[in-house]
Amino acid sequence: MIDRKPRWTNWTIGLAVGLGSALLFCLSLAVGADDLVFARLFDDPATVQLFLASRLPRTLAAMLTGAGLAIAGLIMQTLARNRFVEPATAGTAQSAALGILIATLLFPAATLATKTLIASVAALTGTSVFLMTAHRLPPTQPYLVPLFGLVYGGVIGAIVTFVGWQADLLQFLDIWTSGEFSGVVRGRYELLWGAAAMIVLAWWVADRLTVVSLGREISVGLGLSYQRTLQLGLVIVSVIAALTVVIVGIIPFVGLVVPNVVSRIMGDNLRGTIPWVAGCGAFLVLGCDLLGRLLRYPYEIPVATVMGVVGGLLFLRLMFMRSAHG
Amino acid sequence: MILIENVSLSYRDVPILRGIDLALPKGGITALVGPNGAGKSSLLSLVARLQPLQTGCISVDGMPVDTTPSRTLAQRLAILRQDGIVASRLTVRELIGFGRFPHHQGRPGALDLALVDAALDQFDLAALSDRFIDTLSGGQRQRALVAMTFCQGTDYLLLDEPLNNLDMFHARQLMRSLRRIADEAARTAIIVLHDINQAAAYADRIVAMRDGRVIVDGPPAAVLTEENMEAVFGYRIRIEQIAGKPFLMHHL
Amino acid sequence: MADRRLLLLLTLALLSVLFFMLAGLRGNIAFVLGLRGLKLLALLQVALSIAVSTVLFQTVTANRILTPSIMGLDALYVFGQTALVFLLGGLGYASLNGGFKFGMEIVLMVALAMALLWPMLKLRMDMGLMLLMGVTLGILFRSLQALLARMLDPNAFAVVQGASFANFNALRTDLTLLGAIMTLVAVAFCWRARHRLDVIALGRDAATGLGVHWTRSAAGLLLLVSILVAVSTALVGPVAFFGLLVVALAERVVKTQRHAVLLPAAVLVAITVLVGGQAVLQHALGGASTLGVVIEFVGGLVFLILLVQGARK
Repeated sequence: MIDRKPRWTNWTIGLAVGLGSALLFCLSLAVGADDLVFARLFDDPATVQLFLASRLPRTLAAMLTGAGLAIAGLIMQTLARNRFVEPATAGTAQSAALGILIATLLFPAATLATKTLIASVAALTGTSVFLMTAHRLPPTQPYLVPLFGLVYGGVIGAIVTFVGWQADLLQFLDIWTSGEFSGVVRGRYELLWGAAAMIVLAWWVADRLTVVSLGREISVGLGLSYQRTLQLGLVIVSVIAALTVVIVGIIPFVGLVVPNVVSRIMGDNLRGTIPWVAGCGAFLVLGCDLLGRLLRYPYEIPVATVMGVVGGLLFLRLMFMRSAHG
Repeated sequence: MILIENVSLSYRDVPILRGIDLALPKGGITALVGPNGAGKSSLLSLVARLQPLQTGCISVDGMPVDTTPSRTLAQRLAILRQDGIVASRLTVRELIGFGRFPHHQGRPGALDLALVDAALDQFDLAALSDRFIDTLSGGQRQRALVAMTFCQGTDYLLLDEPLNNLDMFHARQLMRSLRRIADEAARTAIIVLHDINQAAAYADRIVAMRDGRVIVDGPPAAVLTEENMEAVFGYRIRIEQIAGKPFLMHHL
Repeated sequence: MADRRLLLLLTLALLSVLFFMLAGLRGNIAFVLGLRGLKLLALLQVALSIAVSTVLFQTVTANRILTPSIMGLDALYVFGQTALVFLLGGLGYASLNGGFKFGMEIVLMVALAMALLWPMLKLRMDMGLMLLMGVTLGILFRSLQALLARMLDPNAFAVVQGASFANFNALRTDLTLLGAIMTLVAVAFCWRARHRLDVIALGRDAATGLGVHWTRSAAGLLLLVSILVAVSTALVGPVAFFGLLVVALAERVVKTQRHAVLLPAAVLVAITVLVGGQAVLQHALGGASTLGVVIEFVGGLVFLILLVQGARK
């Protein structure tokens, strides 16, 4: 455990993440079933078309999703005051999936934006129920909260499967529940910029969120309207979760691993850490997507599967480290 | 002036406070003493609007605590709770900096930064300023929380057992700091104290409670009598005069 | 008292078996009965192995929330299965004899389970942390399995999907006989040890104090649990909360944790829920494909209630 805030981190980590992301960004633009040669971008219209219609949207979508999920995880951990929760493990993502399922059943003709809105409302409801219960669990047993969240998410997931089964929508469910970028092309990802807007909003209210992480009593003592800040945080988490579920599908572990690693090194003052959490999240998801594209080239492995392995291993390691430190 | 009128509180039909009437004028140190479960902490958290009022009313400088905007109150009144568990990984400087939050809402100015530096010095925390609070000892963390409460710069300071976890040196230092701001800046401190001799030495006024009622209330010399103490704590305590202050031999 | 309740459970279990066998009989009766009998045998086996393995696991870990599936053991089995295909290659795997294959899968499963669980028990890890790790391991193994499946054949969606839901319709009846023998042997072992199990459930320190060789007993029990989970997963696939649900129900009914009563009660409840549920969904509601999901949902709710109730204490 790092006990002192290092002064070098800002520059070194920033440089490393920046360079790494730039490298991944270029790789992601280059890798795919069809070869893309950068030099031909200027003379070959087909290359330009491939670049603008598929590669660039996919790369941007991966980065936006990663940044958004990492921030959603960070805020979720701040609100629940527990380091082991994230939207995919606390019923948020599953509620969003339920929302879009219901939207598809009731209003099949609605636009993607409308469906996303309904999914956001569902995610908000599901997460509020989770948080209300989580605050009643004893703070002395920090592992109960994520456990509750996981099973809660599983129960909502079972409802989703059941409804999907009855309504014969299982093939759609697969799109929403297992995260994948292969279907992302121009015209199908632009809503994800909403996640970027949410990140900016989170950064704007970062101080308030940090005060909330100090607990209700300190928050009230400092004159913060605790309830309103909780609600704002919930809205940010729900919108990000709904957007990513609708467009990409559920991706596990991003929101758990990234904020935990950043917190170990840089602490929890969100004003300072939000940019890094977003950057590292983008880096991680883009990296996993790239890995999924390369492992069995020219076929693709969904990013959720790759992340399940990579993120799962990282998360287990985090838990072991924490238990070793008591 | 803090005015407490006819305040009662019960939790699941168990009465915690029974009809408290108390006026605490501005300036000076008031110590709340009494056995466990007397209702001291509950009274403090009601004044600091951490719990909703059930009956009666409380006002701070004429502002009722239940209807005044929370931020306005936070510029007048700061509270330190005794179980100040902070799980966030903030540095000592960042934590103390959040004491200024009511004044700058997240955009600190030069004055705020200067006050944080002053608080770091005042509580011997300058060497720890870049340490994460979850790596500090209990006493160091308590000092950081006290410094944060001081840094809020309010007219009224409510401290719930602030001496918890502090060693003798730092306990004395905290009490002397309180005395100083009370004397020099005319600020008001209301402290729940377990060590009654600290109250005897530093407080201007002692409010002794038991079973949700105020038993006696007045300057230390008047409150700290053997009869009063028996009525509050339930056993006979010998009281000596040492260095001009009453000294309770409560451990004998 | 407990005996009367046990009798009640037995009646319920028998009724569901009868209902399963006889409801809506039509056409070639002998053929249908034979088919249903085979399926019933498999279901009984699943009920038996899940109920017993859950009770045993809860006894070893001395708490009532952990179950083998929550700790990711069934995901482990599915992963081991895929890993075997991966190692041997599709053709090599297909050419193996079914029983031999099953045996290898079980050996692999037992080895992996012991390697994972033993350190957790040995280190006396905090229950909550153990649970969280188990759940994470479950996700990890499911992802690894999906990854391996796709590495094998990128279009192998069927394999991945078949592994992610419990399916009580497509029972692997070819494994019934082998599985039945293993289940019966394992169950016989536990039944003989039922009084010692009562002592082990008191926890490691108390059990050692009462003269039970804890390390050896716990290792043996984990072995039995792994085998039973392997059998049931091989037959129907993973069922996350079924074990928890039936043991929690059985405990509520017989109101004792003595293994001599709890073990048979849990088995009877499991039979009632599984066989009865299957029969009701198949004959009354006309679609049994959702039994797994229904159990998942109800079992998950039971788990949440247990968790919140336990936390209140």
